[in-house]
Amino acid sequence: MFAEQYPNIYLYRRIVQAKLFIDNNYADTIELDNIADEAYFSKFHFIRLFKRIYGKTPHQYLIAVRIEKALQLLRSLQPVSDVCYSVGFESLSSFSGLFKRIVGISPSLYLAQQQQLQKQINKAPLTFIPGCFAEKNGWLKNSNFEEAKA
Amino acid sequence: MTHVSIHVLNQDSAFDFYTNKLGFKVITDVPMGEDGRWLTVCPPDQPGFEIILSPISKSMYSSETAEMLKELVSKGTFGVGLFTSKDIFATYEELKAKGVEFTKPPRKEFYGTEAIFKDDSGNWFSLAQLG
Repeated sequence: MFAEQYPNIYLYRRIVQAKLFIDNNYADTIELDNIADEAYFSKFHFIRLFKRIYGKTPHQYLIAVRIEKALQLLRSLQPVSDVCYSVGFESLSSFSGLFKRIVGISPSLYLAQQQQLQKQINKAPLTFIPGCFAEKNGWLKNSNFEEAKA
Repeated sequence: MTHVSIHVLNQDSAFDFYTNKLGFKVITDVPMGEDGRWLTVCPPDQPGFEIILSPISKSMYSSETAEMLKELVSKGTFGVGLFTSKDIFATYEELKAKGVEFTKPPRKEFYGTEAIFKDDSGNWFSLAQLG
């Protein structure tokens, strides 16, 4: 019964596996031709199906994953050059250019903003939490956060 | 509406589930000492909608209520949300491949195609493709 409702199960699995391959190997050099070959599709057919399901071509999706991972690493305050190579870019200029085009600001400015945010969190954590939740959790009475109440 | 709260049994495990399996983004992660952390996440394309991954702490509830609540959450009592997907079968295959537990695979119903999955605590969600 399930199979009747789900005729394209193998096709879906191959496209999903290709997407997960990108998710897991974004930091390496990925040849999209190889992914299409592994998924037993012609390159054209593979790109068309991938885009139909995920709204992006595999290449666009790879770039989006790399930028998203870069954002995560920058939020953990890693240096821009380390982040660039960690997520699979081979040149700092292409990374910075793509990052700025997608995020709207340069990676170094984003990092500076995150450093500032982390300082604020460390100084006054309670300002990031709606008051009712902080009170219900007993955090307003916690002496460790006295500065936040000042 | 800006915030909703989901009770989780373990914030570290919930962090992994919601970010690495569902692909949510972390909005705020503020350590609050021994009382856990203020941890909010959002679906990737909904940055204005914060989901608080809230531990069942004894500062919020009496010991008896906290234990009762933990038991109810872990045995899958609470349905806490609905996801809609443009392609439910692709989403189903992806989440399943990432180890998400489904209690109902995609099935055509009179209102659309629906699947049900659980988070790492036991809270369940409907995944639907409407129409």
